Amino acid sequence: MFKIVDHEQFADNLFLFKIEAPRLAKKAKAGQFVILRAFENGERIPLTIADYDREKGTIDIIFQTVGKTTKKLGLLKTGDEILDLVGPLGEPTEIENFGTSVVVGGGVGIAPIYPIARSLKEAGNKVISIIGARTKDIVFWVDKLKAVSDEVLIATDDGSLGTKGFVTDLLRGKMDSEQIDRVWAIGPMIMMRAVAEVTRPEKIKTIVSLNPIMVDGTGMCGACRVLVGDETKFACVDGPEFDAHLVDFNLAMRRACYYKEEEQTAQTSGCNNNGGGCQCQ
Amino acid sequence: MSIKAPRNPMPSQDAIERKTNFKEVALGYDKETAINEAKRCLQCKKPMCMQGCPVEVDIPDFIGAIAEENFEQAAKIIKNKNNLPAVCGRVCPQESQCEQKCILGIKGEPVAIGRLERFIADWEAAEEGKETIQTSCNNKKVAVIGAGPSGLTCAGDLAKLGYDVTVFEALHTPGGVLMYGIPEFRLPKTVVKREIDYIRDLGVKIETNSVMGKIGTVDELMNEEGFSAVYIATGAGLPHFMNIPGENLNGVYSANEFLTRTNLMAAYNFPNFDTPIKVGEKVAVIGAGNVAMDSARTALRLGAKESIIVYRRSKNEIPARLEELEHAEEEGVQLFLLTSPISINGDENGQVKSMTCLKYELGEPDSSGRCRPIAIEGSEFEMEIDTVIMAIGQGPNPLVANSTPGLDLTKRGNIIADEETGLTSKDGVFAGGDIVTGAATVILAMGAGKKAARAIHDYLENK
Ligand SMILES: Cc1cc2nc3c(=O)[nH]c(=O)nc-3n(C[C@H](O)[C@H](O)[C@H](O)COP(=O)(O)OP(=O)(O)OC[C@H]3O[C@@H](n4cnc5c(N)ncnc54)[C@H](O)[C@@H]3O)c2cc1C
Ligand SMILES: Cc1cc2nc3c(=O)[nH]c(=O)nc-3n(C[C@H](O)[C@H](O)[C@H](O)COP(=O)(O)OP(=O)(O)OC[C@H]3O[C@@H](n4cnc5c(N)ncnc54)[C@H](O)[C@@H]3O)c2cc1C
Ligand code: SF4
Ligand code: SF4
Ligand code: FES
Ligand SMILES: [Mg+2]
Repeated sequence: MFKIVDHEQFADNLFLFKIEAPRLAKKAKAGQFVILRAFENGERIPLTIADYDREKGTIDIIFQTVGKTTKKLGLLKTGDEILDLVGPLGEPTEIENFGTSVVVGGGVGIAPIYPIARSLKEAGNKVISIIGARTKDIVFWVDKLKAVSDEVLIATDDGSLGTKGFVTDLLRGKMDSEQIDRVWAIGPMIMMRAVAEVTRPEKIKTIVSLNPIMVDGTGMCGACRVLVGDETKFACVDGPEFDAHLVDFNLAMRRACYYKEEEQTAQTSGCNNNGGGCQCQ
Repeated sequence: MSIKAPRNPMPSQDAIERKTNFKEVALGYDKETAINEAKRCLQCKKPMCMQGCPVEVDIPDFIGAIAEENFEQAAKIIKNKNNLPAVCGRVCPQESQCEQKCILGIKGEPVAIGRLERFIADWEAAEEGKETIQTSCNNKKVAVIGAGPSGLTCAGDLAKLGYDVTVFEALHTPGGVLMYGIPEFRLPKTVVKREIDYIRDLGVKIETNSVMGKIGTVDELMNEEGFSAVYIATGAGLPHFMNIPGENLNGVYSANEFLTRTNLMAAYNFPNFDTPIKVGEKVAVIGAGNVAMDSARTALRLGAKESIIVYRRSKNEIPARLEELEHAEEEGVQLFLLTSPISINGDENGQVKSMTCLKYELGEPDSSGRCRPIAIEGSEFEMEIDTVIMAIGQGPNPLVANSTPGLDLTKRGNIIADEETGLTSKDGVFAGGDIVTGAATVILAMGAGKKAARAIHDYLENK
C-alpha cells in the first residue's frame, strides 16, 4: 500500500497526489512514469512522475479525470492509500547540455515537463518553458517552472492568461528570435504532432513522450506498441520518449481509441468497487 | 489389482457447457477413484517414474499412502519435495515427465501420477487447520527476482533450509505465468494463491510492484542491501511478433496481452473489473503451442463465434500438449493448418478486417527435426477476421540483464547458467527457469529452482 501524504486540486478535473514511495523516489528520474492500480477490481494505469523528493521519500503525480479510473482516483484524499504502485518505468529523459532547450507542455502535460526542465537546467542548459491550456484555471505550477527556467511563456486558447493562441505560436516566435538546440513536447497527441511539424523544417531535434494504452509497463504484453521510423517499439520500455519526427502519430491516435466503447460502458455501468460504496459516478 | 486395470479417467465439464464459462475444465478425482488409481501402482523397487520428475517427488511413497487412505501422510511426502503440488498436478506435462517413465506405460497406461498429486493437494487445502510450519532462520539473506514457479520453488526451498528470503516481483500479484498466462479454466487462480500462501507461510517475503533493473539492481541487492546471493527467475515474458504489415492495427494482440487482460486483470468479468478486452466474432490465433491453445479457448469463452488456430505446419507437428489440443477441438476451436499470414489488413478506422495468408507444404525435416514448411507460390487467399492473436513465442525480458554487468548472455539474451547449479558468470548470482532455457514448462522451471536452492546453500555454507 502506498499512502497519499498530500493532495491538491488544481481545477475541477485536475489533481495532484504526493505519495509515499521511498524506494521509488530514490530512483525516479525525469521522463519516467509509474503504473498504479488503486482499487481491488481496478485497472492498471500509467501516470508520469511529475516530481520526486528523495529525502522525504515521496513522488508527485498529476492527473486529469477523463474516465472511470481517474475519476475514482480523484475521490481519494490525503491519508488514503493506493493499492499498487510500480516504477520508475520507462527510460529517463536524455539529459545533456544541449545549449538552448525548449520544453513545451500542454494541459496536464505541464506536469511531466517540470522534471525535464529542472534536469536540463541542472545540466547547464538555457531552458525556455512554454506551457499552454484551454483557459487560465487549469494552468498550474507556473512558479515551480519559473524557478527552473530562464523564461516561461504561457498560451491559453481563450487568452485568459498569457498569449491568446497555441503553444506552437509561441514556439515559432522563439525559433524566429533565437537559436534553439532541442525541443521537448508533452501533451495531447494533436499538440505533440503540431510541435513536430513546427520544428521539422528547421531540423531541430524534438522529443515527445507518447502515452499509448499500457498494461504491465515492463515489456511483457506489447499493448503499448508505437511505430517510430518504421520500427515497432514498446513505449513502456523503449520510451516513452521518442524522436517526434519519426513517430507515426496517426497510428498512435488510432490505437489510443481502441477501447472507446468499453471506456464508456465502464463509466455508465454500476460500480462494484468498494462493495458498491464507491461514488465514482 | 491387476496390471490390466485401466487408468481412471478424469471427470471433466462437458465441452458445450464449459466453452461458455471460465470454470475449471478438469474436475479432479474423488476419494474412491483416487484410491483405485493409487492401487494400480506396482510400488516398484526402482521407480522409473521418479527419474521423470524434476522436483524429485517420492512418487511410489505418496501413492502408497493414498492406497492406504493416509492422505495426510501423502501430502507430507509430496510437500517435502514439491512446493506447488496443486499447480503441478494440473499443468505438468506428465505424459512427457513422470508418467512417461512409469513402468505400467510400457504395456498399458501409466499411473495417473499428476491427477493423484492434484487430488492430495486439493484434499489438503479443503482440510481445516493446516499444520503450522516451523522453519528456523539462519539470518542469511537471499534475494529471488521473479515470483513465477521457478523463483517461488527456489524461495520455498531456501526458506525450508533456514534462509531469510525476499522475492521481488514486477507485477502486483505473484505467480508469473501461473497468474497472468495460464487461464482460469485450466488453473484456477485461487489454487495458485493458495500455494503462494504456503510459500509465504514458510517465511518467504514477497515484494510485489518491484521491477528489478528499475527500482534496484542485482549489485545493489548484494552490495547495499545485504543479500548474500541472488536467484534470477524472470521468465520468458517478451512477446514476439511476426514483423508483417498490419501488426499494429487495432485488434491485433500478443497472446501475453490477451491472456494477461483476461487472467490477471479478470477482463472476462468486465465491467465488474475495470480492464476491458475486445474479442469480436471471428478470432485467428497464430501459432499452435500451449499458449495458442489457451488463447483460442479463451477467445471462445469471451464470446467469439469462431476461434481459429492458424499454423504453418501440419497437425503432426503441433507443439501443444495433445490433451490441450483435444480439449480445444472438443470446444470447437478450428484448425487452419499449413497456413500462415503474410499481412493483416485493416478498415478505414485502423481496425483489423482480414488477413492475407499463404498456403504451405511440408519439406524436409529441419534442425529441430520438424518438417520445414515451404510456401506454395501463388496460394494467397484472404481470411476475414476481427481479431488476431500472435502466439508465436516469447523471448527473455532484458531489464535485469541490462542492469547487471558481468552477467553472460546467449545471443538471444538468455542468461547463461550451469545446468546443475544455476550458477551464472557472476559470483553469488544464480539463474534458472525460462530466463535460462527459453520458454519451457512449469516443472522444468521448478526443477531449476530446486537445484539452485541447493547450490545456493552449498555456496553460502562454504563462503
Ligand atoms: C507513459 C504515460 C504517462 C502518462 N502520464 C499521465 C499523467 O501524468 N497525467 C495524466 O492525467 N494522464 C497521464 N497518462 C494518461 C493516463 O494513463 C490515462 O488518462 C488514464 O489511463 C485514463 O484512464 P481512465 O480509466 O480514467 O479513462 P478511460 O476512459 O479508461 O480512458 C481515457 C483515455 O485514456 C487512455 N487510456 C485508457 N486506459 C489506458 C491505459 N491503461 N494506459 C494508458 N492510457 C490509457 C485512452 O487513450 C483512453 O481513450 C499517461 C499515459 C502514459 C502511457
Ligand atoms: C499461456 C501459457 C500457458 C502455458 N501452459 C503450460 C502448461 O500447461 N504446462 C507447463 O508446464 N507450462 C506451461 N507454460 C509454460 C510455463 O508457464 C513456463 O515455462 C513457466 O511459467 C516458467 O517459469 P519461470 O518461473 O521461469 O517464469 P515466469 O512464470 O515467466 O515468471 C517470471 C516472473 O518474473 C517476473 N519478472 C520478470 N521480470 C522481472 C523484473 N525485472 N523484476 C521482477 N520481476 C520480474 C514476472 O513478472 C513473472 O512473475 C505456459 C506458458 C504460457 C505463457
Ligand atoms: S511434479 Fe510433475 S513431474 Fe513431478 S510427480 Fe508431480 S506431476 Fe509428475
Ligand atoms: S513406475 Fe509407475 S508403477 Fe512403478 S512406482 Fe512409479 S508410478 Fe508406480
Ligand atoms: S505496457 Fe505491456 S509491453 Fe508495454
Ligand atoms: Mg479506463
